Amino acid sequence: MGKYLAMIRMRFLMMLAYRTDYYTGILIYSINIGAYYFLWNAIYGEKSSIEGLSSMQMTTYVAVAWMARAFYFNNIDREIATEIKDGKVAIEMIRPYNYLGMKTMQGLGEGIFRFFFFSIPGMLLVALIFPIELPKEPATWSIFGVSLLFSFIINTQINLLTGITTFFLYNNAGLIRAKRVIIDLFSGLLLPISFYPMWAQEVMKYLPFQGISYVPSMIFTNGYSSGEIGMALLQQFIWVVILIIPIQLLWIVAKKQLIIQGG
Amino acid sequence: MSDAIQVKQLRKEFKSASSRSGLKGAFRDLLTRNYKIVPAVNDINFTVKKGEMVAYIGENGAGKSTTIKMLTGILEPTAGEIAVNGMNPHREREKFTQTIGVVFGQRSQLWWDIAVQESFRLLKKVYKVTDEQYDNHMEHVIKTLDIGPLLDKPVRKLSLGQRMRCELAAALIHNPPLLFLDEPTIGLDVLVKLKIREFLKEINEKYNTTILLTTHDLGDIEALCERVIMLDEGRIIYDGELQGLKDNWAEEKQIHFQFIEAVSLQQLQSLPFPFTANWVYDEKSQTYIALLKEEGDHISQLVSAVVSHFKIKDIKIHETSIEEIVRNIYEEGTV
Repeated sequence: MGKYLAMIRMRFLMMLAYRTDYYTGILIYSINIGAYYFLWNAIYGEKSSIEGLSSMQMTTYVAVAWMARAFYFNNIDREIATEIKDGKVAIEMIRPYNYLGMKTMQGLGEGIFRFFFFSIPGMLLVALIFPIELPKEPATWSIFGVSLLFSFIINTQINLLTGITTFFLYNNAGLIRAKRVIIDLFSGLLLPISFYPMWAQEVMKYLPFQGISYVPSMIFTNGYSSGEIGMALLQQFIWVVILIIPIQLLWIVAKKQLIIQGG
Repeated sequence: MSDAIQVKQLRKEFKSASSRSGLKGAFRDLLTRNYKIVPAVNDINFTVKKGEMVAYIGENGAGKSTTIKMLTGILEPTAGEIAVNGMNPHREREKFTQTIGVVFGQRSQLWWDIAVQESFRLLKKVYKVTDEQYDNHMEHVIKTLDIGPLLDKPVRKLSLGQRMRCELAAALIHNPPLLFLDEPTIGLDVLVKLKIREFLKEINEKYNTTILLTTHDLGDIEALCERVIMLDEGRIIYDGELQGLKDNWAEEKQIHFQFIEAVSLQQLQSLPFPFTANWVYDEKSQTYIALLKEEGDHISQLVSAVVSHFKIKDIKIHETSIEEIVRNIYEEGTV
């Protein structure tokens, strides 16, 4: 366990070493939240609610969706791809730890760093500027926390899967970009799932993506009834378990396939 | 268990895609590709005893790095058996890597943007080294490699020589009984090379550490290794003492001549001898070199014949250096 904590600490140090990334990140997220706030304002106009969400809930949804993204989002797929492409993965394989486990920890380190130094201050700032409604019951906060953790795990698992495909494809920059768009779109970050046409909602029920952003954001905005919360958490959990299988299978094959590029 | 490394009939094949030529070929490659199976390591056998320092040499692409990667558990062999420290490196990777240290001269294992000591600290945790063990062992390593003042600098600010010394220290944090060094002195200046060699010798004596090193720098081998394993096209072509290599190949002597007047290669070649002498002209130093076997009075015959025909400015007799021996072997591909 010590080594995994050490790796999280290492990632903290790395985040601190890249200060510019940190500041530009804050800027980009503020712009996004601002832009979506004004966009939704225009869409709502005089209407008090659309698809069961009030305009206040919508603003909260946008703010929390982006702040949650700061926590669950990471680039470990791209990191794995680079490590494979320039052969650095060799160094990872001579260490007595599980490569994917360590990558997950690095993602978690990044997530925790941004959660405390980015999401929380960011959320406070957003709450001052925009009219948003924070949940009043402590239970909602803790359920949101659990759900956010699941969303981190699901997103990381999908990233690991995308990353591992580099072992077979060698150059999967396109796939990584496609994955990113798909997640932003189907996870409910840009548009709540309830705004999609019915048939699309049906399809998305069978995909893991809404567990990434839609579920925690809906919990935070009180958009779910208590029964729905239970179902949503269960669905997230099931996806966490299911996604382990393809990762492990691909990893076993990938290790055999491994070619260290560049001598 | 007295063998650190045991390798039996080890083989690694790579599938390499060959591209068809031309635009039409490129389109056909889209659908089906031609694959060729290329053996990078071809049924090799060897054992390394504990405490031995072995040089593993060969041309670029001979299969050295591939072997090292199989021995360290990175790659899975196509066929054959490996036992390193009594374990199968690929199958028991996580347990196994605890017992080895690896330095890849061409890749850094330190974190680029962070101070060296942070990398050390992480590795200390990764290898589960206690504070006491760390202090005992690393204090000495850091002092000997003279990296104390570098520890709080980010890796990207270090020079290659400084970084390499840190890499070596990083590979030794858990004081492994077996050390793999893949071109550890590549691109380093003479002083750093000497320091690293001295250090390796010292830990070998102190901890009986087994060292397997690949290198293109034959100075490393002469300074460190008594045993040499030479690889060519995936096969072992020589496994034995360094001295043996010298004895087999160094029977040839070189005699260097510089002349006062212009002399052509033909004139020299036309000198009659009862034995074969090969003449070579080295343009850079304007020297004519005669290569001949050291037998009987051949040298004196050759020298007297040359001296009596031409006016000489300078004459030197060279023994073949290790470098030349190795070059000759690489060119011919057999020992």
